Amino acid sequence: MADNGDDESQYRIKGGDYVVLKRGEIFKAVQIQPKKKVIFEKQWFFLDNAVGHLYSTTFEIGSGGVLQLRKLRDAESSTDAKEAGTDNRNIVDDGKSQKLTRDDIEMLKEQGLKGQEIIQQLIDNSSTFRDKTGFSQDKYIKKKKKKYENTVTILKPSCRILAMMYQGREPGKIRHLRYDTLAQMLTLANIHAGSKVLVFDTCAGLVLGAVMERMGGYGSVIQMYPRGEPVRAGVESFGFPAHFRDTLHGFPICHVNALLAGTLDTTAKDPRTSLVKVLTSCFFFQAQEKKVKQEEKRKKLAAAAALLEGRNADGLVIASQYQPCPVLMGLLKFLSPSRPFVVYSQHKEPLIECYTKLKEHGGTVGVRLTDTWLRHYQVGFKL
Amino acid sequence: MSFVEYSDFIQDGDVAIVYLGHESMMPVKVQKGAQTQTRYGVLRHSTDLIGRRYGSKVTCSKGGWVHVLHPTPELWTVTLPHRTQILYTTDIATITMMLELKPGSVVCESGTGSGSLSHAILRTIAPTGHLHTVEFHQQRAEKVAEEFKEHRVDHLVTVRNQDVCKDGFGVTGVADAVFLDIPSPWEAVRHAKAAMKKHGGRVCSFSPCIEQVQRTCEALADQGFEEISTIEVLLRVHDVRTISLPVPDFGSDPSAQTEPDAAEKTAPASAPIQDTVAMKATVPPREIPGHTGYLTFATKPRTS
Repeated sequence: MADNGDDESQYRIKGGDYVVLKRGEIFKAVQIQPKKKVIFEKQWFFLDNAVGHLYSTTFEIGSGGVLQLRKLRDAESSTDAKEAGTDNRNIVDDGKSQKLTRDDIEMLKEQGLKGQEIIQQLIDNSSTFRDKTGFSQDKYIKKKKKKYENTVTILKPSCRILAMMYQGREPGKIRHLRYDTLAQMLTLANIHAGSKVLVFDTCAGLVLGAVMERMGGYGSVIQMYPRGEPVRAGVESFGFPAHFRDTLHGFPICHVNALLAGTLDTTAKDPRTSLVKVLTSCFFFQAQEKKVKQEEKRKKLAAAAALLEGRNADGLVIASQYQPCPVLMGLLKFLSPSRPFVVYSQHKEPLIECYTKLKEHGGTVGVRLTDTWLRHYQVGFKL
Repeated sequence: MSFVEYSDFIQDGDVAIVYLGHESMMPVKVQKGAQTQTRYGVLRHSTDLIGRRYGSKVTCSKGGWVHVLHPTPELWTVTLPHRTQILYTTDIATITMMLELKPGSVVCESGTGSGSLSHAILRTIAPTGHLHTVEFHQQRAEKVAEEFKEHRVDHLVTVRNQDVCKDGFGVTGVADAVFLDIPSPWEAVRHAKAAMKKHGGRVCSFSPCIEQVQRTCEALADQGFEEISTIEVLLRVHDVRTISLPVPDFGSDPSAQTEPDAAEKTAPASAPIQDTVAMKATVPPREIPGHTGYLTFATKPRTS
């Protein structure tokens, strides 16, 4: 089994792709658009030059915001053989160790020095660098890199990357859902290809996108949404192939009661459309377009209703700022017997209510209220 | 029934999970004419199981009842016969996300052990992915291959009985992700690299001891892996219960009666003083189920 069957093109960056920019631990999701100025970490640039390159390529931001391939040598030269101190007993923080002033550094920047070269200058002009321990030197370089390096890596989006991105950049938008929690939810709900999953997600669509990624375009996902239009910004960032869209359905929860009572009429015509017909031809055209859109909307609602009517969903995932108990009790009716469900809330108390209600109501087994603890370990190792 | 596809009804040859009660479950191989003993009495497969809906409440011979559940990798993890230490769902969930597994992923795993993680991987990469799993213990390799067949996932997996540190995974340049759960993972890092696609991918190593982690990190860095990061994930299960709190009695408050409004309001309630209030609360685990292992993740960059 060799690598020959692989389709190269899926690893190449194309115009219109949704990508994730990365520098250090910072991520940002963007779409590649021609001549579109992108601002990332206080720097602006254009992504046009990235098109055609392979994903995970690191670029340098040149003058005028033009991306250039980073030379590999630059990336590796940082850790030359160096002398280091044994501890910090002789290092005094008197603010005088760096000989370069802010103006000097600005001048170096204006001279067009690269991030790497500026860092080298800073090291050469630091009176204490040589006395720092190896670990401390690495830390110093890392810190300066963050400040002066002007590189950006372009990644293919994934649930892991987007969950970490949202957690770092906009935790409020995803109701403070941590990536370790999202991981638990996807596994405990047994999300997999070919199933029918209901998702109630007001976490910017991150949970919905994560569910869709795990289903790989097989089966169906029904987004149950409150009021107005469903939130799907996060789903876009995943950059799914077009056919994934066919597996995604939407159903407004305000129609749930009607659907359960069998009174939901998806064949109803909007009375307004018949009125417009008598107007001028110009308006008539617009009315047609509006009618087509409404017809489309009606068809979509009917399709989602048909999926729900069997009340045989295989999974249910709830993650929102809404009071979870009524959402859960309302949507649980659509689940087949012996299927898992997961409810996320930022707060424990509303989940206590859910737990109590489920116990009173009966019909569920294995209900647990859990949270996870995630710790990062700093592992010291020498090369 | 299959571990990668739900069905509605229990059929001959299925593996069903019998839920006996809180945290007490057992897997049952459903066979025409067979019987299974439970603490609530006998389950007769032909009449009590076959043809019934998954999720049904079934009455056993002694009058007690059980629920019969459709198997999932998570239920399998808590009911499978242990032949080794196994990975539990908290770690498995983290591994699945951090390795970026999804339908179509090609994954290498070693050792297979009791197959706890393997089932979860297969669920996620079906229907188009493949798992290459390597187990150096012959009986374990044979047994797990048999289980994959019974669970109808054998078309998605290749079990190899060899030593990953010596012989690698038996494939090169195909894997999107590699998982190592062996005593000396650093010896398998180069094999992991060789098994992975040239476009790169993700790797994870599970080790209980920090010394193992350190050596593995060194080997990963040495082989050019990037974004090396070690984490530990613990699960806390909160026990929900009704608590009852005694209410302190400060005696009657004469000052309250100075305001006629307040007196009026409290009058009906003050008749019998309630001495306890009940409310729902959670109790955190007395001790967190301890350390399982460290999870070290890394990214293999593109190689030419």
